[in-house]
Amino acid sequence: MPLRTEPVTVNIGPQHPSTHGVFRMRVTFDGEVVLDVEPVFGYLHRGSEKLAEERTYTQVITLTDRLDYVASMTSNQAYVLACEQLGDIQTPERGRYLRVIAAELQRVASHLMATGFLLNDLGAFATPLMYCFREREKVLDLFEMLCGARITMTYLRVGGVFQDAPEEFWPALKRFVAEMPHYIDEYEQLLSENEILLARTRGVGVLGTGEALNCSVTGPVLRSTGFAWDLRKVDPYEVYDRLEFEVPVGEHGDNYDRYKVRILEMRQSVRILEQCLAQVPSGPVRAEVPQLYRPPPGEAYGRVESPKGELGFYLVSDGGIAPYRCKVRSPSFINLTVLRDLLVGWKLADMIVTFGSIDVNMGEVDR
Amino acid sequence: MRPFLLEENALFRGLYCWLGANEGNRGFCTPEGEALARDGLLPLGWEWLAYGAAGLALVLLLVNAFLVLVMLYTYMERRVMARFQARLGPNRVGRFGLLQPVADAIKLLTKEDVAPTGADRWVFNLAPIVMFVPVLLVLAVLPFGRGSFLADLNVGVLYVVAVTTVTTLAVFMAGFASGNRYAMFGAMRAVAQLISYEIPVVLSIVGVLLLARSLSLVEIVEAQRVPFVVVQPLAFFIFLAGSSAELNRTPFDLLEAESEIVAGYHIEYSGMKFGMLFLAEFAAVLTTSGVMATLFLKGWEGPLLPSHLWFLIKVFGLAFLFIWIRATLPRLRIDQVMGFAWKFLLPLSLVNVFVTAAEALAWDWETMTPQQVWAMGGINLLVGMVGVVLFSHLVRRPAPRRAARARAAATAEEGV
Amino acid sequence: MYGLGILNGMLVTMKNLVRRPFTVRYPEERLPQHPRFRGQEFVWYVERCTGCASCAKYCPLGIIRIVTHPGGADLPEGDSYAVDVFDIDLGRCMFCGLCVEACPYDALFMGSGFEEAQYERGKLVLTVDRLKEAEKRPSTWFRPQLESRGYSPFRDPPLPWELAGREGWRYHLPQRPGSGSEAGPPDARREEAG
Ligand code: SF4
Ligand code: SF4
Repeated sequence: MPLRTEPVTVNIGPQHPSTHGVFRMRVTFDGEVVLDVEPVFGYLHRGSEKLAEERTYTQVITLTDRLDYVASMTSNQAYVLACEQLGDIQTPERGRYLRVIAAELQRVASHLMATGFLLNDLGAFATPLMYCFREREKVLDLFEMLCGARITMTYLRVGGVFQDAPEEFWPALKRFVAEMPHYIDEYEQLLSENEILLARTRGVGVLGTGEALNCSVTGPVLRSTGFAWDLRKVDPYEVYDRLEFEVPVGEHGDNYDRYKVRILEMRQSVRILEQCLAQVPSGPVRAEVPQLYRPPPGEAYGRVESPKGELGFYLVSDGGIAPYRCKVRSPSFINLTVLRDLLVGWKLADMIVTFGSIDVNMGEVDR
Repeated sequence: MRPFLLEENALFRGLYCWLGANEGNRGFCTPEGEALARDGLLPLGWEWLAYGAAGLALVLLLVNAFLVLVMLYTYMERRVMARFQARLGPNRVGRFGLLQPVADAIKLLTKEDVAPTGADRWVFNLAPIVMFVPVLLVLAVLPFGRGSFLADLNVGVLYVVAVTTVTTLAVFMAGFASGNRYAMFGAMRAVAQLISYEIPVVLSIVGVLLLARSLSLVEIVEAQRVPFVVVQPLAFFIFLAGSSAELNRTPFDLLEAESEIVAGYHIEYSGMKFGMLFLAEFAAVLTTSGVMATLFLKGWEGPLLPSHLWFLIKVFGLAFLFIWIRATLPRLRIDQVMGFAWKFLLPLSLVNVFVTAAEALAWDWETMTPQQVWAMGGINLLVGMVGVVLFSHLVRRPAPRRAARARAAATAEEGV
Repeated sequence: MYGLGILNGMLVTMKNLVRRPFTVRYPEERLPQHPRFRGQEFVWYVERCTGCASCAKYCPLGIIRIVTHPGGADLPEGDSYAVDVFDIDLGRCMFCGLCVEACPYDALFMGSGFEEAQYERGKLVLTVDRLKEAEKRPSTWFRPQLESRGYSPFRDPPLPWELAGREGWRYHLPQRPGSGSEAGPPDARREEAG
């Protein structure tokens, strides 16, 4: 008698060690092989977009902190850029440099976390994660100097940053910039040549450029497919047009390339920080913007290259003190649209790794 | 067959005589035993009870000493692991956190013991015991020091292999009876993985046996003129990799792969049953290290220090190696794990058996000159390295990446 | 290739085994905090507060509750409102600091501590009495006058209200002579604005 097998349906999440928050996937397995994936969102939905309509423009900044809570600085940045477009506000130079410094530090921190958790998903017993957190800790210390908080910064303001960096920030940043490349080397020594990591990630979860573009995937996930699309280059905001850096791209669009692109981007971020250190001018950090900011009626779309991809805020103003409408284009959410295509046909273990390598943040997915 | 250690052991004899000495067996009693009690506590004709009680006491002593060691090892694992990860590790309970295992045990004992509704109660409750017992059974034949062993079975190695295999059954019982799909995944992986790795592990021992010409662990220790790891490096490597898989430690910890199937087969366990499963795993690390030390590192033999201490040093050294590996490596995928066993370790272990057999025919281990021993070690190391290089081509699979690139190119064309 | 990458990685972990760990035994040892750290317990100077409730209006969550009554004999000269209730619900506070930014009289500061855990939510409410009695160790967050003076809440003694201001406290100057000169340099932005 032939053995009869049947597919099983398993709920991965919302409570699962490697769903990076409260993501839920209803997965149908044939043995270990994924037959179908149905992502279920919304466990972390807080209605941020609606809440933003009830808040003044400055108060909304606290909401953007909580979208991508491992990269609050870039969330703040996208939002204040949109606000500045609304009211046509010119940010002082020093303020812009401080924003770029904050954003690049944030990129390093976010990529460190992505790398660490990817390795955790791969089953390395928290060691790379702890190493990554050790360096992330240094970034957070820098943030604490800047704005007194480590996760939910609320550092940026419409028209600049809320306060100039303290004196001790600059030597600390210098030290960080000098040290960080060694630590990145250490990660690479630990990980990049590791046969198990190569076996697990190379050729797994391959995303083609066309597929990625069709699904409007952005960020490292898109760049890993070999498509050099980085808003800092193609639509320079702040002072990125004055800074020299490369856009690292992958080749195959597989998990390994996504990992590698993040590592290379960290190196580029350090490079940007180095240049910022040399270039940052003196002067005010904040334009004259009243505490109750009332932009003229109109609409604006501000976008930045967040660590996860293109993060955009679409704001509509009716001339009041609060946005009439605030729409967030969150890269985590949109990058997840390719999830099903990436997972079907691979094994359970690959599924976890691929999901980890996309690097989503549930706060941003569910908003 | 040698006599059991039991009857030579002074403690055993003392106890036995204290309980059951009489006219008939006075000769067996040691002088100390006689001094302790001229006549035993038990009446005539109850010597069997004295024998049993004394034996049980000895076994209890051994098991408890071992459990204390395991607790120490859990502390060591957590502490060393933490240092590998640049953190501090448990440091609160007692001095340097040394009492942490005790605190853990108390915590686990006071936890509610939950069994899921869908569970097969009997099997579910039995599994932790079935998991733990084989680990303790290995102790029966392990020589801990010069002349210290409970029994010197002439089929000792076979016994060890047979007994440790029972763990597979326990893991499957635990996973299957939990009635949880994650646990089921763990159970299925367990069956596939543990049985596959049994084969290369056993074959790697064969090389040792060919040289030692005995299955008795005691005789294997005595046969090691140099530690067998020198002349059997490949076997040592295979044994290390294979037993990592059997102990389900990274890179082969698919059974409980936390990031994938949460905790695999012990996902539904709580309280002390979970503690038992966990303790059994840690204990298995120690016994496996013990077996490895016996087979490859000359067991308890060593200069200067007492033999028991040497044994402990070797066991904990190997345990450190296990911790180090666990701290460094990510996990393999199930098909890679199986491929590694069948395409890499198995052929390698066959090569090793073949080469060793040829060498055992050509040279006589007992009468070899030191130069010949070193030459043999060199040859085997070379064979091992060539084998690793050759067979690693079998496990590498370049195909998917190429296919993936083709697929990516295809979508790029139609997409853009 | 051939396991060399793995061995290389094991060297890294070995190197880290002998390195100093980066975590600390928390209550005994503490990581240094920056004076700007936005701590949990707020610092509020009743002497400086006018009860204007800008902070309450500016709080995104509306968790500052202020009740005042006009007049009062025991009030400092120039103050026309007495603050009866000044509650901050820490259970909902997100320590964004917007209230501190909004306070025009430098009466409200972020705290510098972070150990405010309680077993009941109700106890998380900072009442006016608690705020009055608390030791005043304000964070230098958004208070450039403290920063330029090099004040550190962790090192320096608690800060009396006379020294906390951004400029000479005009209304209170007659009562507390000498406090004006010790205050930090005026904040250019604020003077321009108002
Ligand atoms: S810190 Fe923010 S949330 Fe807390 S009371 Fe002040 S404004 Fe409100
Ligand atoms: S603390 Fe400041 S803002 Fe709040 S009521 Fe008092 S003076 Fe006004």
